[in-house]
Amino acid sequence: MTATEARASSPKTRVRRPARPAAPVWSRLRRGATPWLFLAPALLLFLYFKFIPMAQAVRMSFEEVRPFLGNTYVGGENYAEIAGSSDFGAAVWHTVVLAVATTAGSIVLGLALALLLEGQTRALWFVRSAIFLPVVTAMAVVAEVWRVMYYPAEGGALNSVLGVLGLGPSEFLNSPDSSLASIAFVGIWRGAPYDMMIFLAGLAGVDRVLYEASAVDGASRWRRIWHVTLPGLRPVFAILLTLAAIRGLRVFTEVFLLTNGGPDGSTEVLLTLTYKLGLERNELGVAAAGTVLLFLVLLVLTVVSRLRRREVR
Amino acid sequence: MRNETALGLAEARGPWARVLRFVLYAALFMVFAGPLLALMVGAFTPTVDPTQFTLWPDRLSLDNLERAVDRNVLDYLLNSFLVVGGGLALQVLVSVFAGYALARKRFRGSAVVLVLILATMMLPEEVLAVPLSVLLADLPLLHVSLVGSLVGMIVPVAAWGFSILVMTEFMKEIPKELEESARLDGAGEFRVFWQVVLPLCRPALGVIGIFGFTMIWDQYMLPLLVATDPAQYTLPLALRSLRSDDQVGIGVLLVGAFLAMLPSVLAFLALQRSFIRGLTSGAVKG
Repeated sequence: MTATEARASSPKTRVRRPARPAAPVWSRLRRGATPWLFLAPALLLFLYFKFIPMAQAVRMSFEEVRPFLGNTYVGGENYAEIAGSSDFGAAVWHTVVLAVATTAGSIVLGLALALLLEGQTRALWFVRSAIFLPVVTAMAVVAEVWRVMYYPAEGGALNSVLGVLGLGPSEFLNSPDSSLASIAFVGIWRGAPYDMMIFLAGLAGVDRVLYEASAVDGASRWRRIWHVTLPGLRPVFAILLTLAAIRGLRVFTEVFLLTNGGPDGSTEVLLTLTYKLGLERNELGVAAAGTVLLFLVLLVLTVVSRLRRREVR
Repeated sequence: MRNETALGLAEARGPWARVLRFVLYAALFMVFAGPLLALMVGAFTPTVDPTQFTLWPDRLSLDNLERAVDRNVLDYLLNSFLVVGGGLALQVLVSVFAGYALARKRFRGSAVVLVLILATMMLPEEVLAVPLSVLLADLPLLHVSLVGSLVGMIVPVAAWGFSILVMTEFMKEIPKELEESARLDGAGEFRVFWQVVLPLCRPALGVIGIFGFTMIWDQYMLPLLVATDPAQYTLPLALRSLRSDDQVGIGVLLVGAFLAMLPSVLAFLALQRSFIRGLTSGAVKG
Protein backbone atom coordinates (compact mmCIF):
# COMPACT_ATOMS: atom_id res chain seq x y z
CA MET A 1 0.00 0.00 0.00
CA THR A 2 1.47 3.29 -1.07
CA ALA A 3 1.56 6.40 1.02
CA THR A 4 -1.15 8.14 -0.95
CA GLU A 5 -3.48 5.20 -0.62
CA ALA A 6 -2.88 5.09 3.08
CA ARG A 7 -3.89 8.69 3.34
CA ALA A 8 -6.93 8.15 1.18
CA SER A 9 -8.12 5.24 3.30
CA SER A 10 -8.43 7.36 6.40
CA PRO A 11 -10.71 9.97 4.95
CA LYS A 12 -12.42 11.09 8.12
CA THR A 13 -9.71 13.45 9.17
CA ARG A 14 -9.30 14.93 5.75
CA VAL A 15 -12.75 15.12 4.26
CA ARG A 16 -14.22 17.03 7.16
CA ARG A 17 -13.21 20.51 6.14
CA PRO A 18 -12.32 22.27 9.39
CA ALA A 19 -15.08 24.69 10.25
CA ARG A 20 -13.67 28.11 9.45
CA PRO A 21 -13.52 29.78 12.85
CA ALA A 22 -12.29 26.72 14.68
CA ALA A 23 -9.57 25.73 12.22
CA PRO A 24 -6.53 24.57 14.11
CA VAL A 25 -3.54 26.78 13.67
CA TRP A 26 -1.36 24.13 12.08
CA SER A 27 -3.99 23.30 9.46
CA ARG A 28 -4.33 26.95 8.48
CA LEU A 29 -0.60 27.26 8.38
CA ARG A 30 -0.35 24.19 6.21
CA ARG A 31 -2.91 25.51 3.81
CA GLY A 32 -1.11 28.83 3.66
CA ALA A 33 2.19 27.12 3.04
CA THR A 34 0.96 24.80 0.27
CA PRO A 35 1.30 27.22 -2.67
CA TRP A 36 4.74 28.26 -1.45
CA LEU A 37 5.89 24.66 -1.26
CA PHE A 38 4.83 24.14 -4.85
CA LEU A 39 6.58 27.37 -5.86
CA ALA A 40 9.72 26.79 -3.86
CA PRO A 41 11.83 25.01 -6.52
CA ALA A 42 11.14 27.67 -9.13
CA LEU A 43 11.69 30.56 -6.75
CA LEU A 44 14.91 29.14 -5.35
CA LEU A 45 16.31 28.54 -8.82
CA PHE A 46 15.34 32.01 -9.97
CA LEU A 47 16.88 33.49 -6.85
CA TYR A 48 20.15 31.69 -7.46
CA PHE A 49 20.52 32.05 -11.20
CA LYS A 50 18.67 35.28 -11.99
CA PHE A 51 18.24 37.60 -9.05
CA ILE A 52 21.46 37.06 -7.11
CA PRO A 53 23.54 37.46 -10.31
CA MET A 54 21.62 40.63 -11.10
CA ALA A 55 22.25 41.99 -7.60
CA GLN A 56 25.90 40.99 -7.89
CA ALA A 57 26.14 42.81 -11.21
CA VAL A 58 24.81 45.96 -9.57
CA ARG A 59 27.27 45.63 -6.69
CA MET A 60 30.22 44.79 -8.91
CA SER A 61 29.44 47.75 -11.14
CA PHE A 62 30.40 50.06 -8.26
CA GLU A 63 33.53 48.15 -7.38
CA GLU A 64 36.94 47.40 -8.67
CA VAL A 65 36.80 43.61 -8.69
CA ARG A 66 40.05 42.00 -7.60
CA PRO A 67 39.85 38.25 -7.15
CA PHE A 68 41.55 37.04 -3.94
CA LEU A 69 42.39 40.59 -2.85
CA GLY A 70 38.91 41.82 -2.09
CA ASN A 71 36.90 44.38 -3.97
CA THR A 72 37.08 48.09 -3.38
CA TYR A 73 34.28 50.59 -3.80
CA VAL A 74 34.96 52.98 -6.65
CA GLY A 75 31.63 54.79 -6.99
CA GLY A 76 30.64 55.61 -10.54
CA GLU A 77 34.08 55.09 -12.04
CA ASN A 78 33.14 51.93 -13.93
CA TYR A 79 30.13 53.66 -15.44
CA ALA A 80 32.25 56.66 -16.42
CA GLU A 81 34.80 54.34 -17.98
CA ILE A 82 32.40 52.28 -20.04
CA ALA A 83 30.15 55.15 -21.07
CA GLY A 84 33.18 57.21 -22.06
CA SER A 85 34.88 54.54 -24.14
CA SER A 86 34.49 54.71 -27.89
CA ASP A 87 34.12 50.91 -28.02
CA PHE A 88 30.96 51.15 -25.96
CA GLY A 89 29.45 53.87 -28.14
CA ALA A 90 30.19 51.82 -31.26
CA ALA A 91 28.78 48.68 -29.65
CA VAL A 92 25.55 50.47 -28.73
CA TRP A 93 25.26 51.76 -32.28
CA HIS A 94 25.89 48.33 -33.85
CA THR A 95 23.42 46.70 -31.47
CA VAL A 96 20.70 49.19 -32.31
CA VAL A 97 21.34 48.97 -36.07
CA LEU A 98 21.31 45.19 -35.91
CA ALA A 99 18.16 45.09 -33.77
CA VAL A 100 16.28 47.52 -36.02
CA ALA A 101 17.38 45.85 -39.27
CA THR A 102 16.63 42.34 -38.03
CA THR A 103 13.28 43.33 -36.51
CA ALA A 104 12.08 45.29 -39.54
CA GLY A 105 13.37 42.74 -42.04
CA SER A 106 11.83 39.81 -40.18
CA ILE A 107 8.45 41.50 -39.83
CA VAL A 108 8.22 42.60 -43.47
CA LEU A 109 9.43 39.28 -44.85
CA GLY A 110 7.43 37.32 -42.28
CA LEU A 111 4.24 39.13 -43.30
CA ALA A 112 4.97 38.51 -46.98
CA LEU A 113 5.57 34.82 -46.28
CA ALA A 114 2.37 34.56 -44.26
CA LEU A 115 0.30 36.16 -47.02
CA LEU A 116 1.89 33.95 -49.68
CA LEU A 117 1.66 30.74 -47.69
CA GLU A 118 -1.74 31.12 -46.01
CA GLY A 119 -4.07 28.26 -46.77
CA GLN A 120 -5.03 24.68 -46.02
CA THR A 121 -3.49 22.58 -48.79
CA ARG A 122 -0.96 19.85 -48.03
CA ALA A 123 1.65 21.49 -50.24
CA LEU A 124 1.39 24.66 -48.16
CA TRP A 125 1.66 22.75 -44.94
CA PHE A 126 4.82 21.08 -46.22
CA VAL A 127 6.43 24.32 -47.42
CA ARG A 128 5.61 26.11 -44.17
CA SER A 129 7.18 23.31 -42.10
CA ALA A 130 10.33 23.39 -44.24
CA ILE A 131 10.60 27.16 -44.00
CA PHE A 132 10.26 26.98 -40.25
CA LEU A 133 13.27 24.69 -39.79
CA PRO A 134 15.79 27.54 -39.27
CA VAL A 135 13.81 28.64 -36.20
CA VAL A 136 14.16 25.32 -34.39
CA THR A 137 17.78 24.79 -35.41
CA ALA A 138 20.27 25.81 -32.72
CA MET A 139 21.79 29.23 -33.34
CA ALA A 140 25.29 27.78 -33.22
CA VAL A 141 24.43 25.49 -36.14
CA VAL A 142 22.85 28.35 -38.07
CA ALA A 143 25.92 30.50 -37.54
CA GLU A 144 28.34 27.79 -38.66
CA VAL A 145 26.27 27.00 -41.77
CA TRP A 146 26.25 30.66 -42.73
CA ARG A 147 29.97 31.00 -42.16
CA VAL A 148 30.33 28.35 -44.84
CA MET A 149 27.66 29.89 -47.08
CA TYR A 150 29.36 33.29 -46.79
CA TYR A 151 32.77 31.98 -47.88
CA PRO A 152 34.24 35.17 -49.27
CA ALA A 153 35.83 33.86 -52.47
CA GLU A 154 34.39 33.22 -55.91
CA GLY A 155 33.44 29.57 -55.31
CA GLY A 156 31.57 30.21 -52.04
CA ALA A 157 27.98 28.99 -52.00
CA LEU A 158 26.31 32.38 -51.78
CA ASN A 159 28.83 34.01 -54.10
CA SER A 160 28.03 31.34 -56.70
CA VAL A 161 24.36 32.32 -56.48
CA LEU A 162 25.30 35.99 -56.77
CA GLY A 163 27.52 35.09 -59.75
CA VAL A 164 24.54 33.59 -61.58
CA LEU A 165 22.72 36.87 -61.01
CA GLY A 166 25.72 38.78 -62.33
CA LEU A 167 26.71 40.17 -58.93
CA GLY A 168 29.57 39.76 -56.49
CA PRO A 169 31.72 38.19 -55.34
CA SER A 170 31.19 39.82 -51.96
CA GLU A 171 33.48 39.68 -48.95
CA PHE A 172 30.45 39.26 -46.67
CA LEU A 173 31.71 38.78 -43.09
CA ASN A 174 35.30 39.62 -43.99
CA SER A 175 34.79 43.26 -44.88
CA PRO A 176 33.76 45.97 -42.41
CA ASP A 177 31.45 47.32 -45.12
CA SER A 178 29.29 44.22 -45.35
CA SER A 179 29.84 42.37 -42.06
CA LEU A 180 27.00 43.90 -40.06
CA ALA A 181 24.55 43.52 -42.94
CA SER A 182 25.58 39.88 -43.33
CA ILE A 183 24.82 39.20 -39.66
CA ALA A 184 21.49 41.02 -39.96
CA PHE A 185 20.64 38.83 -42.96
CA VAL A 186 21.19 35.67 -40.90
CA GLY A 187 18.97 37.14 -38.17
CA ILE A 188 16.23 37.83 -40.72
CA TRP A 189 16.60 34.39 -42.25
CA ARG A 190 15.92 32.87 -38.85
CA GLY A 191 13.46 35.54 -37.64
CA ALA A 192 11.13 35.81 -40.64
CA PRO A 193 9.72 32.24 -40.43
CA TYR A 194 9.03 32.81 -36.74
CA ASP A 195 7.15 36.01 -37.49
CA MET A 196 5.37 34.21 -40.33
CA MET A 197 3.87 31.68 -37.90
CA ILE A 198 2.61 34.46 -35.62
CA PHE A 199 1.15 36.35 -38.58
CA LEU A 200 -0.56 33.16 -39.80
CA ALA A 201 -2.23 32.80 -36.41
CA GLY A 202 -3.28 36.42 -36.68
CA LEU A 203 -4.60 35.93 -40.23
CA ALA A 204 -6.73 33.01 -39.08
CA GLY A 205 -8.35 35.38 -36.61
CA VAL A 206 -9.36 38.01 -39.17
CA ASP A 207 -13.11 37.99 -39.59
CA ARG A 208 -14.00 36.29 -42.88
CA VAL A 209 -17.31 38.16 -42.99
CA LEU A 210 -15.31 41.32 -43.64
CA TYR A 211 -13.71 39.65 -46.68
CA GLU A 212 -17.11 38.79 -48.05
CA ALA A 213 -18.35 42.32 -47.39
CA SER A 214 -15.38 43.81 -49.21
CA ALA A 215 -15.98 41.44 -52.13
CA VAL A 216 -19.59 42.61 -52.31
CA ASP A 217 -18.33 46.19 -52.34
CA GLY A 218 -16.14 45.28 -55.32
CA ALA A 219 -12.87 46.03 -53.53
CA SER A 220 -9.71 44.74 -55.24
CA ARG A 221 -7.46 42.16 -53.61
CA TRP A 222 -4.90 44.79 -52.61
CA ARG A 223 -7.46 47.18 -51.18
CA ARG A 224 -8.84 44.31 -49.18
CA ILE A 225 -5.43 43.51 -47.73
CA TRP A 226 -4.76 47.15 -46.97
CA HIS A 227 -8.14 47.98 -45.44
CA VAL A 228 -9.22 44.70 -43.87
CA THR A 229 -6.29 42.34 -43.32
CA LEU A 230 -3.58 44.69 -42.10
CA PRO A 231 -5.80 46.55 -39.59
CA GLY A 232 -6.85 43.13 -38.30
CA LEU A 233 -3.20 42.28 -37.71
CA ARG A 234 -2.40 45.41 -35.69
CA PRO A 235 -2.08 43.66 -32.32
CA VAL A 236 0.28 41.14 -33.93
CA PHE A 237 2.52 43.95 -35.18
CA ALA A 238 2.65 45.50 -31.72
CA ILE A 239 3.62 42.21 -30.11
CA LEU A 240 6.25 41.30 -32.69
CA LEU A 241 7.84 44.74 -32.62
CA THR A 242 8.44 44.80 -28.89
CA LEU A 243 9.40 41.13 -28.67
CA ALA A 244 11.90 41.46 -31.49
CA ALA A 245 13.34 44.71 -30.17
CA ILE A 246 14.03 43.12 -26.81
CA ARG A 247 15.52 40.03 -28.45
CA GLY A 248 17.58 42.16 -30.80
CA LEU A 249 19.26 44.03 -27.96
CA ARG A 250 20.52 40.86 -26.35
CA VAL A 251 22.05 39.40 -29.51
CA PHE A 252 25.17 37.41 -28.73
CA THR A 253 25.64 33.89 -30.13
CA GLU A 254 25.44 34.66 -33.86
CA VAL A 255 27.81 37.62 -33.57
CA PHE A 256 30.21 35.68 -31.36
CA LEU A 257 30.38 32.83 -33.86
CA LEU A 258 30.13 34.68 -37.16
CA THR A 259 32.63 37.49 -36.55
CA ASN A 260 33.28 37.81 -32.81
CA GLY A 261 32.99 41.57 -33.25
CA GLY A 262 35.38 41.84 -36.17
CA PRO A 263 36.62 42.78 -38.67
CA ASP A 264 38.00 45.98 -37.13
CA GLY A 265 35.29 46.04 -34.49
CA SER A 266 32.68 46.60 -37.20
CA THR A 267 30.23 44.15 -35.61
CA GLU A 268 31.00 44.51 -31.91
CA VAL A 269 27.69 44.49 -30.03
CA LEU A 270 26.93 45.15 -26.35
CA LEU A 271 27.06 41.55 -25.21
CA THR A 272 30.16 40.54 -27.15
CA LEU A 273 31.82 43.62 -25.66
CA THR A 274 30.83 42.85 -22.07
CA TYR A 275 31.81 39.23 -22.59
CA LYS A 276 35.28 40.27 -23.71
CA LEU A 277 35.64 42.86 -20.95
CA GLY A 278 34.49 40.52 -18.22
CA LEU A 279 35.73 37.10 -19.23
CA GLU A 280 38.74 37.78 -21.41
CA ARG A 281 40.19 41.03 -20.04
CA ASN A 282 38.91 40.35 -16.53
CA GLU A 283 37.59 43.88 -16.05
CA LEU A 284 34.61 42.55 -14.19
CA GLY A 285 33.51 45.85 -12.68
CA VAL A 286 33.37 47.65 -16.01
CA ALA A 287 31.63 44.71 -17.67
CA ALA A 288 29.10 44.65 -14.83
CA ALA A 289 28.37 48.33 -15.42
CA GLY A 290 27.65 47.49 -19.06
CA THR A 291 25.35 44.66 -17.95
CA VAL A 292 23.43 46.97 -15.63
CA LEU A 293 23.01 49.61 -18.34
CA LEU A 294 21.66 47.01 -20.79
CA PHE A 295 19.37 45.66 -18.11
CA LEU A 296 17.91 49.13 -17.50
CA VAL A 297 17.15 49.53 -21.20
CA LEU A 298 15.50 46.10 -21.32
CA LEU A 299 13.48 46.96 -18.24
CA VAL A 300 12.17 50.18 -19.75
CA LEU A 301 11.31 48.45 -23.03
CA THR A 302 9.52 45.61 -21.28
CA VAL A 303 7.48 47.91 -19.05
CA VAL A 304 6.53 50.10 -22.00
CA SER A 305 5.50 47.09 -24.05
CA ARG A 306 3.42 45.68 -21.19
CA LEU A 307 1.61 48.99 -20.76
CA ARG A 308 1.02 49.31 -24.48
CA ARG A 309 -0.27 45.78 -24.72
CA ARG A 310 -2.77 46.52 -22.02
CA GLU A 311 -3.96 49.47 -24.11
CA VAL A 312 -4.32 47.27 -27.18
CA ARG A 313 -6.62 45.03 -25.26
CA MET B 1 -15.81 30.78 -49.06
CA ARG B 2 -15.12 29.90 -45.46
CA ASN B 3 -11.42 29.30 -45.86
CA GLU B 4 -10.64 32.24 -48.04
CA THR B 5 -7.13 33.64 -47.63
CA ALA B 6 -6.15 37.28 -47.67
CA LEU B 7 -4.12 37.08 -50.85
CA GLY B 8 -6.21 34.43 -52.57
CA LEU B 9 -3.15 32.71 -53.99
CA ALA B 10 -4.02 29.28 -52.64
CA GLU B 11 -7.49 29.37 -54.21
CA ALA B 12 -6.41 30.65 -57.63
CA ARG B 13 -7.22 28.14 -60.37
CA GLY B 14 -5.74 27.64 -63.80
CA PRO B 15 -2.40 26.42 -65.17
CA TRP B 16 -0.57 29.73 -64.70
CA ALA B 17 -1.55 29.98 -61.08
CA ARG B 18 -0.35 26.44 -60.59
CA VAL B 19 3.04 27.06 -62.21
CA LEU B 20 3.46 30.31 -60.30
CA ARG B 21 2.65 28.58 -57.06
CA PHE B 22 5.10 25.78 -57.72
CA VAL B 23 7.94 28.17 -58.61
CA LEU B 24 7.21 30.29 -55.57
CA TYR B 25 7.05 27.36 -53.16
CA ALA B 26 10.25 25.87 -54.59
CA ALA B 27 12.09 29.18 -54.34
CA LEU B 28 11.05 29.74 -50.72
CA PHE B 29 11.92 26.16 -49.87
CA MET B 30 15.40 26.62 -51.32
CA VAL B 31 16.05 29.89 -49.52
CA PHE B 32 15.09 28.66 -46.06
CA ALA B 33 15.63 24.90 -46.09
CA GLY B 34 18.34 24.85 -48.77
CA PRO B 35 21.32 25.72 -46.55
CA LEU B 36 20.24 23.11 -44.01
CA LEU B 37 19.78 20.48 -46.73
CA ALA B 38 23.21 21.35 -48.10
CA LEU B 39 24.53 20.80 -44.58
CA MET B 40 23.07 17.31 -44.56
CA VAL B 41 24.44 16.55 -48.03
CA GLY B 42 27.83 17.99 -47.13
CA ALA B 43 28.11 15.78 -44.07
CA PHE B 44 28.14 12.71 -46.33
CA THR B 45 30.20 13.95 -49.25
CA PRO B 46 33.87 14.86 -49.57
CA THR B 47 33.71 18.56 -48.66
CA VAL B 48 37.19 19.80 -47.91
CA ASP B 49 36.62 23.51 -48.25
CA PRO B 50 33.59 25.82 -48.42
CA THR B 51 33.71 26.11 -52.22
CA GLN B 52 32.58 22.49 -52.39
CA PHE B 53 29.47 23.15 -50.30
CA THR B 54 26.65 22.08 -52.58
CA LEU B 55 23.27 20.40 -52.84
CA TRP B 56 24.34 18.19 -55.76
CA PRO B 57 27.35 16.12 -54.78
CA ASP B 58 29.49 14.02 -57.11
CA ARG B 59 29.77 11.10 -54.76
CA LEU B 60 28.95 10.06 -51.23
CA SER B 61 31.41 9.03 -48.56
CA LEU B 62 31.53 8.31 -44.88
CA ASP B 63 35.03 9.77 -44.39
CA ASN B 64 33.67 12.86 -42.68
CA LEU B 65 31.68 10.76 -40.28
CA GLU B 66 34.63 8.53 -39.40
CA ARG B 67 36.85 11.51 -38.87
CA ALA B 68 34.16 13.21 -36.77
CA VAL B 69 33.98 10.18 -34.51
CA ASP B 70 37.77 10.38 -34.10
CA ARG B 71 37.34 14.01 -33.13
CA ASN B 72 34.93 13.03 -30.30
CA VAL B 73 31.77 14.33 -31.92
CA LEU B 74 29.79 11.48 -30.38
CA ASP B 75 31.03 12.44 -26.91
CA TYR B 76 29.83 16.00 -27.47
CA LEU B 77 26.52 14.64 -28.68
CA LEU B 78 26.23 12.51 -25.56
CA ASN B 79 26.93 15.56 -23.39
CA SER B 80 24.20 17.44 -25.22
CA PHE B 81 21.75 14.64 -24.61
CA LEU B 82 22.67 14.44 -20.93
CA VAL B 83 22.18 18.18 -20.52
CA VAL B 84 18.91 18.27 -22.42
CA GLY B 85 17.61 15.14 -20.70
CA GLY B 86 18.41 16.30 -17.18
CA GLY B 87 17.51 19.91 -17.82
CA LEU B 88 14.19 19.14 -19.47
CA ALA B 89 13.09 16.67 -16.80
CA LEU B 90 13.79 19.21 -14.06
CA GLN B 91 12.32 22.06 -16.05
CA VAL B 92 9.02 20.27 -16.67
CA LEU B 93 8.77 19.25 -13.03
CA VAL B 94 9.52 22.73 -11.71
CA SER B 95 7.05 24.26 -14.20
CA VAL B 96 4.12 22.00 -13.35
CA PHE B 97 4.66 22.56 -9.62
CA ALA B 98 4.85 26.33 -9.97
CA GLY B 99 1.99 26.43 -12.47
CA TYR B 100 -0.22 24.46 -10.10
CA ALA B 101 0.33 26.93 -7.28
CA LEU B 102 -0.20 29.98 -9.48
CA ALA B 103 -3.25 28.64 -11.31
CA ARG B 104 -5.16 26.72 -8.64
CA LYS B 105 -4.37 28.52 -5.38
CA ARG B 106 -5.34 31.96 -4.22
CA PHE B 107 -2.74 33.34 -1.89
CA ARG B 108 -1.17 36.58 -0.84
CA GLY B 109 1.82 37.49 -2.93
CA SER B 110 0.84 35.61 -6.09
CA ALA B 111 0.84 38.84 -8.08
CA VAL B 112 4.37 39.59 -6.88
CA VAL B 113 5.50 36.10 -7.88
CA LEU B 114 4.09 36.62 -11.37
CA VAL B 115 5.96 39.90 -11.75
CA LEU B 116 9.17 38.22 -10.57
CA ILE B 117 8.72 35.45 -13.13
CA LEU B 118 8.19 37.99 -15.89
CA ALA B 119 11.32 39.79 -14.70
CA THR B 120 13.39 36.62 -15.09
CA MET B 121 12.46 36.54 -18.76
CA MET B 122 14.38 39.79 -19.20
CA LEU B 123 17.46 38.17 -17.69
CA PRO B 124 18.68 35.46 -20.04
CA GLU B 125 22.14 33.95 -19.58
CA GLU B 126 23.58 36.17 -22.32
CA VAL B 127 22.74 39.30 -20.35
CA LEU B 128 23.87 37.87 -17.01
CA ALA B 129 27.04 36.29 -18.38
CA VAL B 130 29.53 38.32 -16.36
CA PRO B 131 27.98 37.95 -12.88
CA LEU B 132 26.93 34.37 -13.67
CA SER B 133 30.50 33.38 -14.37
CA VAL B 134 31.47 34.61 -10.91
CA LEU B 135 28.49 32.98 -9.23
CA LEU B 136 28.82 29.60 -10.94
CA ALA B 137 32.37 29.28 -9.67
CA ASP B 138 31.24 29.73 -6.07
CA LEU B 139 27.52 29.47 -5.30
CA PRO B 140 26.47 31.77 -2.44
CA LEU B 141 25.83 29.95 0.88
CA LEU B 142 26.43 26.50 -0.63
CA HIS B 143 30.00 27.33 -1.68
CA VAL B 144 30.17 24.72 -4.39
CA SER B 145 31.44 25.33 -7.88
CA LEU B 146 29.37 24.32 -10.89
CA VAL B 147 32.12 25.23 -13.32
CA GLY B 148 33.60 22.31 -15.18
CA SER B 149 30.63 20.00 -14.73
CA LEU B 150 27.52 19.28 -16.76
CA VAL B 151 25.47 19.96 -13.63
CA GLY B 152 26.29 23.62 -14.15
CA MET B 153 24.54 23.53 -17.53
CA ILE B 154 21.52 21.63 -16.20
CA VAL B 155 20.49 23.27 -12.93
CA PRO B 156 20.32 26.89 -14.15
CA VAL B 157 17.87 26.00 -16.96
CA ALA B 158 15.61 24.03 -14.61
CA ALA B 159 13.38 27.05 -14.01
CA TRP B 160 12.12 28.82 -17.11
CA GLY B 161 9.51 31.59 -16.93
CA PHE B 162 7.95 30.75 -20.28
CA SER B 163 7.13 27.16 -19.31
CA ILE B 164 5.71 28.24 -15.96
CA LEU B 165 3.45 30.80 -17.61
CA VAL B 166 2.23 28.33 -20.25
CA MET B 167 1.48 25.80 -17.51
CA THR B 168 -0.29 28.42 -15.37
CA GLU B 169 -2.52 29.56 -18.22
CA PHE B 170 -3.45 26.01 -19.07
CA MET B 171 -4.14 24.87 -15.52
CA LYS B 172 -6.50 27.80 -14.98
CA GLU B 173 -8.85 26.27 -17.56
CA ILE B 174 -9.35 22.99 -15.71
CA PRO B 175 -12.76 22.99 -14.00
CA LYS B 176 -12.67 23.46 -10.26
CA GLU B 177 -15.39 20.83 -9.77
CA LEU B 178 -13.07 17.97 -10.68
CA GLU B 179 -10.67 19.02 -7.98
CA GLU B 180 -13.43 19.49 -5.40
CA SER B 181 -14.98 16.09 -6.00
CA ALA B 182 -11.56 14.48 -5.64
CA ARG B 183 -11.11 16.28 -2.33
CA LEU B 184 -14.48 15.06 -1.15
CA ASP B 185 -13.28 11.57 -1.97
CA GLY B 186 -10.44 12.20 0.43
CA ALA B 187 -7.62 12.99 -1.95
CA GLY B 188 -4.80 15.00 -0.43
CA GLU B 189 -3.14 18.02 -1.94
CA PHE B 190 -0.41 16.15 -3.73
CA ARG B 191 -2.80 13.53 -5.01
CA VAL B 192 -5.13 16.18 -6.45
CA PHE B 193 -2.16 17.68 -8.21
CA TRP B 194 -0.65 14.45 -9.46
CA GLN B 195 -3.72 12.37 -10.30
CA VAL B 196 -6.41 14.91 -11.14
CA VAL B 197 -4.89 18.11 -12.51
CA LEU B 198 -1.70 16.88 -14.12
CA PRO B 199 -3.19 14.15 -16.36
CA LEU B 200 -5.50 16.78 -17.85
CA CYS B 201 -2.51 18.93 -18.78
CA ARG B 202 -1.11 16.66 -21.46
CA PRO B 203 -1.44 19.18 -24.31
CA ALA B 204 0.39 21.79 -22.27
CA LEU B 205 3.05 19.26 -21.35
CA GLY B 206 3.63 18.73 -25.06
CA VAL B 207 4.08 22.46 -25.51
CA ILE B 208 6.55 22.98 -22.68
CA GLY B 209 8.32 19.75 -23.61
CA ILE B 210 9.10 20.76 -27.18
CA PHE B 211 9.87 24.38 -26.25
CA GLY B 212 12.08 23.34 -23.37
CA PHE B 213 13.93 20.91 -25.60
CA THR B 214 14.67 23.52 -28.25
CA MET B 215 15.55 26.13 -25.62
CA ILE B 216 18.04 23.89 -23.82
CA TRP B 217 19.47 22.48 -27.05
CA ASP B 218 20.00 26.05 -28.25
CA GLN B 219 21.89 27.09 -25.07
CA TYR B 220 25.24 28.56 -25.92
CA MET B 221 26.28 31.06 -23.27
CA LEU B 222 25.75 28.76 -20.33
CA PRO B 223 27.93 25.90 -21.67
CA LEU B 224 30.45 28.52 -22.73
CA LEU B 225 30.67 29.77 -19.14
CA VAL B 226 30.63 26.36 -17.51
CA ALA B 227 32.84 24.17 -19.72
CA THR B 228 36.52 24.35 -18.86
CA ASP B 229 37.62 21.36 -20.90
CA PRO B 230 36.52 19.83 -24.23
CA ALA B 231 35.33 16.80 -22.25
CA GLN B 232 32.40 18.94 -21.08
CA TYR B 233 31.54 20.54 -24.44
CA THR B 234 28.01 20.19 -25.71
CA LEU B 235 27.76 19.68 -29.46
CA PRO B 236 26.71 23.26 -30.35
CA LEU B 237 29.55 24.59 -28.21
CA ALA B 238 32.07 22.21 -29.79
CA LEU B 239 31.29 23.28 -33.35
CA ARG B 240 33.64 26.25 -33.08
CA SER B 241 36.56 23.92 -32.38
CA LEU B 242 35.66 21.64 -35.31
CA ARG B 243 35.91 24.26 -38.03
CA SER B 244 38.86 22.65 -39.75
CA ASP B 245 40.50 19.29 -39.93
CA ASP B 246 43.78 18.30 -41.57
CA GLN B 247 42.17 15.34 -43.34
CA VAL B 248 38.63 16.21 -44.33
CA GLY B 249 38.63 20.01 -43.99
CA ILE B 250 35.24 21.40 -43.04
CA GLY B 251 33.75 17.91 -43.36
CA VAL B 252 34.03 17.42 -39.61
CA LEU B 253 32.21 20.69 -38.94
CA LEU B 254 29.41 19.68 -41.31
CA VAL B 255 28.94 16.34 -39.56
CA GLY B 256 28.90 18.05 -36.16
CA ALA B 257 26.46 20.74 -37.29
CA PHE B 258 24.24 18.14 -38.94
CA LEU B 259 24.11 16.05 -35.77
CA ALA B 260 23.43 19.18 -33.72
CA MET B 261 20.57 20.08 -36.04
CA LEU B 262 18.94 16.66 -36.33
CA PRO B 263 17.43 16.16 -32.84
CA SER B 264 15.70 19.53 -32.67
CA VAL B 265 14.40 19.18 -36.23
CA LEU B 266 13.04 15.69 -35.52
CA ALA B 267 11.49 16.85 -32.26
CA PHE B 268 9.85 19.74 -34.08
CA LEU B 269 8.48 17.56 -36.86
CA ALA B 270 7.12 15.07 -34.34
CA LEU B 271 5.46 17.67 -32.09
CA GLN B 272 4.72 20.34 -34.66
CA ARG B 273 1.20 21.02 -33.53
CA SER B 274 2.24 21.54 -29.91
CA PHE B 275 5.04 23.78 -31.08
CA ILE B 276 2.80 26.07 -33.06
CA ARG B 277 0.23 26.20 -30.29
CA GLY B 278 2.94 27.29 -27.86
CA LEU B 279 4.35 29.78 -30.31
CA THR B 280 1.09 31.64 -30.69
CA SER B 281 0.17 31.52 -27.01
CA GLY B 282 3.72 32.44 -26.02
CA ALA B 283 3.78 35.39 -28.35
CA VAL B 284 0.54 36.72 -27.00
CA LYS B 285 1.62 36.34 -23.40
CA GLY B 286 5.06 37.66 -24.10
